[in-house]
Amino acid sequence: MELLNALALLSNYVLVPALAYGSQLALGALGVTLVFGILRFSNFAHGDTMAFGTMVTILFTWWFQSMGLHLGPLPTALLALPFGIVFCAAYVLLTDRVIYRFYRHKRADPVIYLIASVGIMFVTNGVVRFIIGPDDQNFADGERFIIKAGEFKKLTGLSEGVSIKASQGITVVTMVIVVALLFWFLNRTRSGKSMRAYSDNEDLALLSGINPDRVVAITWILAAALATIAGTLYGLDKSFKPFTYFQLLLPIFASAIVGGLGNPLGAIAGGFVIAFSEIMITYAYKRVVAYMIPGDWVPDGLVQLLSTDYKFAVSFMILLLVLLIRPNGIFKGTGT
Amino acid sequence: MSSMRNVIYFLIMTALIVLVGEFQSWNLALSIVNLCIISSIMALGVNMQWGYAGLFNAGIMGFAALGGLAAIVVSMPPVHEAWSAGGFGIFTGIVALIATVVAAVFSYRKMKGRPFRTAIVVLISIGGYFIMRSLFDPATDAIEKVNPATSGYLGGMGLPILLAWPLGGILAGAAAWVVGKITLGLRTDYLAIATLGISEIIVAMLKNEDWMTRGVKNVVGLPRPVPYEINLQQSDWFIQLSGRFDTDPVAFSSIFVKLCYAGLFTVVLLIILYLSEKALRSPWGRMMRAIRDNEVSANAMGKNITARHLQVFVLGSVVVGIAGAMLTTLDGQLTPSSYQPLRFTFLVWVMVIVGGSGNNWGAVLGGFVIWFFWIMSEPMGIWLMDVLTSQMGEGNALRSHLIDSAQHMRLMTMGIILLLTLRFSPRGLLPEKTGRH
Repeated sequence: MELLNALALLSNYVLVPALAYGSQLALGALGVTLVFGILRFSNFAHGDTMAFGTMVTILFTWWFQSMGLHLGPLPTALLALPFGIVFCAAYVLLTDRVIYRFYRHKRADPVIYLIASVGIMFVTNGVVRFIIGPDDQNFADGERFIIKAGEFKKLTGLSEGVSIKASQGITVVTMVIVVALLFWFLNRTRSGKSMRAYSDNEDLALLSGINPDRVVAITWILAAALATIAGTLYGLDKSFKPFTYFQLLLPIFASAIVGGLGNPLGAIAGGFVIAFSEIMITYAYKRVVAYMIPGDWVPDGLVQLLSTDYKFAVSFMILLLVLLIRPNGIFKGTGT
Repeated sequence: MSSMRNVIYFLIMTALIVLVGEFQSWNLALSIVNLCIISSIMALGVNMQWGYAGLFNAGIMGFAALGGLAAIVVSMPPVHEAWSAGGFGIFTGIVALIATVVAAVFSYRKMKGRPFRTAIVVLISIGGYFIMRSLFDPATDAIEKVNPATSGYLGGMGLPILLAWPLGGILAGAAAWVVGKITLGLRTDYLAIATLGISEIIVAMLKNEDWMTRGVKNVVGLPRPVPYEINLQQSDWFIQLSGRFDTDPVAFSSIFVKLCYAGLFTVVLLIILYLSEKALRSPWGRMMRAIRDNEVSANAMGKNITARHLQVFVLGSVVVGIAGAMLTTLDGQLTPSSYQPLRFTFLVWVMVIVGGSGNNWGAVLGGFVIWFFWIMSEPMGIWLMDVLTSQMGEGNALRSHLIDSAQHMRLMTMGIILLLTLRFSPRGLLPEKTGRH
């Protein structure tokens, strides 16, 4: 019983939040990794692309809410999500047309793209703050919980409850569907295969008659879709604030590098590695320990490895560790 | 020809500042100038990394923040009560931390090829970490309990704040050495991402390690290297001086203080600029550019690329750290929450790119131009929105939204300036001089 209580406690504060956060990071890192695989640069504007897509989704959500449209127990944002993706894809394709294409045709150095992405980061950040403002926006509606802590206690007779927020459930389910679709696309369709060919060997792909502009456009659309989905899920789970989305860039980059830049499977693994370590290292285990060992042995402290303020530090430390030991990531990426 | 261009651009810049002084106020103009000089120094540091060597450092904010930390560590008076409460614990904690790192690195090196290497290194690190925390935690708790409203931290060394400028450089350089050691030699993106990470962590530490920096409670009232307005207003020579210029002593004292800062900053700027120019024109500078332009052939000529990259990365970060310490000195306070990547890291990038990467004068000009427009774009944005929406009538919701959001125009403006420069004038306002000199 004591052991089950400890498990319930851990699931409530570590397992469930880390699964949801890991899914969000994985979706974000997939976008970064796809862009890296095809265009060969780290997109610093990805966090702000997420913010842009989420902003459009929020605006549509508000519009739908004001018209009385809703999905019952599900959040209205899911209904608005396709619109967010379309607008975000259009915006990203526009930036490619206006900015990146020029450098692609000049075959510029990857670091030039990187600087250009910093410029786009500034502009996008400005656009988002200009339209929706720099403050927190809450747009979640529908059912709040799949299972509440109290119900769980009654159901199982444990003294520790596990609550699962609807947003957490939706996040994980959406992640699984999106990843399945993405891998089907990359491995089974002609366009997906041409993308992988282009990523493996650009010159050979061009010789085989693959249209580079088409590959790049598909990549941007996929990246925008992934960014919008990841951003919306994160916003539903926590809240939307442009600056937070900019800051998400760091754990997302860390996930992509830990998994191996350019490797989609690695991005997913990396997302979960980062999310679980962030939450596990900053969780205070005192109460878990209290269930596991006799009362008078329990230490006075919180039994916490690092204070929660250092969440970002964890992703960075793992990143450094991976760079030291395995610079190409857990799964071999394309960047060396 | 190109020297003519230099002179013209700097004359235009001076004219813009004089215009602000004449039409708004000299106080404002001087405070813009002071921050322009600091920005220029930061841009000089980044120019060494990017312009000489082609290294992308996305962690300028962190190195500047370390400079700021140096300012309080050097200048604030020590809090003796806190030292006696937890000074020893902090000291032993730091010793334990260093011992752990040394032991881990030592065993990692010595055990090459033996079984359980990783496991033992991990065990040493985790064990050392817990020992360090058990020494550290009681000490920090004790320190933070000492007068939390006014101190609650160890304080500094009570030395003149000017000493913080070189110390800030050293701190930043040490951090850069660690990051560079790990990431240089990998592809460029890794350096960019790793520096972005370390800058966030340095700022997180400043925000949360209250025993060192008071965290978000901020350290205020740093001693100044220049006289205080109130003392000036009471001294006879100053009143006479302001009488000679026919001004009000109160207003003049504030301008006088800003002029003192400007003088100090200019000295630093000129020293760094002189050294940078000397370095760039020396065999060392030519070697750096040779490495930047063609690593393979430079390597074939026997140049140690990773070592040179590390060297220039540390040097550039030292300069950024000095600028960071100067900034905190000018502010008179350390506010960890004011360190924002867009303002500190990416804005400096815009300065370097727009000014002309590889050209030190370009970095200085970029610092002035971009800071000036960063400050001025907000009033200009508000004015623009006001004009554009003047047809809409007073109570219009869209109009008030647009005018309220005009302050975010500056981000967009900076992004657009960066993108336009990169596209149409990638060598910047003052392009790098190539060939003989």
